[in-house]
Amino acid sequence: LCTSLPKLQKEEVEVTFVRASGERIKAKGKVGDTLLDVVVNNNIDLDGFGACEGTLTCSTCHLIFSKPDFDKLPEKPSDEELDMLDLAYDLTDTSRLGCQITLSKDLNGLEVKVPATVNDARS
Amino acid sequence: RIFKANYSESKAKTIKACIVGSGPAGFYSAQYILKHLPNSHVDIIEKLPVPFGLVRFGVAPDHPEVKNVINTFTKTAEHPNFRFIGNVSVGTDITLQELRNCYDIVLLAYGANIDAKLNIPGEDKRNVLSAREFVGWYNGQPNLDKLNPDLSGESAVLLGQGNVAVDVARILLSTIDDLRKTDITEHALEALSKSRVKKVYLVGRRGPLQAAFTIKELREMLKLPNVDTNWRSSDFVNVKEQVESLPRPRKRITELMIKSLEENKSNEGNKNFLPIFYRSPLQINGESNVESVDLTITKVVDNKAIPTEDVENIPAQLVCRSIGYKSVCIDDAINFDDKRGMIKNTNGRVLQKDANTPDIGLYVAGWLGTGPTGVILTTMNNAFAVSQTIIDDVHSGAIKCDSTKPGLDPKKYNVVTWSDWEKIDKREIENGKKSNKPREKRLSIEEMMKIVKS
Ligand SMILES: Cc1cc2nc3c(=O)[nH]c(=O)nc-3n(C[C@H](O)[C@H](O)[C@H](O)COP(=O)(O)OP(=O)(O)OC[C@H]3O[C@@H](n4cnc5c(N)ncnc54)[C@H](O)[C@@H]3O)c2cc1C
Ligand code: FES
Repeated sequence: LCTSLPKLQKEEVEVTFVRASGERIKAKGKVGDTLLDVVVNNNIDLDGFGACEGTLTCSTCHLIFSKPDFDKLPEKPSDEELDMLDLAYDLTDTSRLGCQITLSKDLNGLEVKVPATVNDARS
Repeated sequence: RIFKANYSESKAKTIKACIVGSGPAGFYSAQYILKHLPNSHVDIIEKLPVPFGLVRFGVAPDHPEVKNVINTFTKTAEHPNFRFIGNVSVGTDITLQELRNCYDIVLLAYGANIDAKLNIPGEDKRNVLSAREFVGWYNGQPNLDKLNPDLSGESAVLLGQGNVAVDVARILLSTIDDLRKTDITEHALEALSKSRVKKVYLVGRRGPLQAAFTIKELREMLKLPNVDTNWRSSDFVNVKEQVESLPRPRKRITELMIKSLEENKSNEGNKNFLPIFYRSPLQINGESNVESVDLTITKVVDNKAIPTEDVENIPAQLVCRSIGYKSVCIDDAINFDDKRGMIKNTNGRVLQKDANTPDIGLYVAGWLGTGPTGVILTTMNNAFAVSQTIIDDVHSGAIKCDSTKPGLDPKKYNVVTWSDWEKIDKREIENGKKSNKPREKRLSIEEMMKIVKS
């Protein structure tokens, strides 16, 4: 009966994006949002991020996870996601495409690295 | 007094930049410069009345997702310090020197829009096309609607194995109902609906381990309805043994080829996609129309294709060469590398003629500076990097930003502005609705200009 309010709050998930420069950007998303949604909805300023708008045709939404978080992700990457990751710059063993990661409560407090863009790498 | 000083200082910092070409390199550069140089004004000068370069005229009609980048480009175009100056061709309507007189910075990003030739006998026979022409035909590039490729033969040979060749193969092999939903041109749809092409060969000079297409494009071919992909097992001798030692992307694509080879599907009535390796085009045969292609059998040594004495003949009624694009030199003042078909530069700084030092203030980005390889992502990264170089040169004082540079006066030309383009865009989308297509492209510059003037 009285669960609706706390539930709403619980549905918020906090994510921290860490740039190659070390800068940390905290953002909030809702359960069911993708990490691309979080970047877009919070106006996080990442040049070129999400060029194909989540249609799995660009790999600009490449993010790097810690090993434990990577293993915890509920869905393994599809062949199509792996195909696009093959084109990503600075690919790691714990890389995923942000548009394919849907937030769940379990992921609250998640920290992901944004691979160096030209911008970060040079300034 | 203080007010005055500040005023003139901020005014002096106004930077006028001009970008030649409105493809991904042009638009990503404009985006980056406007954002990171807040006092800049950026004009894009485009030869055609319509923007976006190969996103409009290259990217396949059945890949609408790839064209989502247009939304970001449109946001850039709406920036108050941005102008689109369409229908002005640099080198013809205005010289590079004139442009440099008008702007502090000129960034050349006019792409690579001629095709490389094979230079083999028979290349001029009827129905030997370049991929650039064929792609332009189905994508509505002005002046290519009259190409009239003859699709009445059963066998088509595509020379080259890059993603462009795979696009051409897919368009030739797709079901017409799948194409109908795209923004493919009406004349191409009409011709493809009568096509009798059943076999499409994709010919590469080297082996499976050097295949130029990417895995996404291959997987799409393998899933194409009513099409069987068949490989030659002789091309894969010793390939399986090497898979484990390959880097990840190469490993995954090789595994996918081997899996498909082992399935070796052959369904009655299906069309066939036939990649073949170790073959280099030798000559094209036929009376006036092409009838067959002779291919030299090659061996790969140190990643290079070495010709042998042996030749294979493949019947073909349509041949399409797809061995790459080249840039052209649009103005004698440009330090152009004729051999490689691109502008001489280091990190995007154009080098002076007869000297190896940068011609400060003149830059190059995209296919024109890197050579015609890579996807939009590659072009984006290059555009950002070159734009950062420009910004570095501004901050270091190397570029003298002279507030007196006026920018181009559009009144001198028959200019298509951004809002003119929006009119064309709107009309194309409206016309598409009639046949449930995302858009029906206008096919000639005259038609486009008519809409602008209406
Ligand atoms: C057939 C084909 C299909 C492709 N498909 C894909 C795909 O599915 N996904 C992907 O990621 N990449 C794809 N690519 C690659 C992608 O198109 C390129 O990476 C990218 O377009 C290169 O950008 P650019 O700005 O350097 O050149 P272009 O896109 O060619 O832009 C150059 C612009 O300059 C203009 N111009 C030319 N001469 C002048 C002049 N004298 N004055 C003024 N303007 C001029 C041209 O009209 C054009 O608008 C494809 C390429 C081709 C050829
Ligand atoms: S946004 Fe393009 S692949 Fe994720």
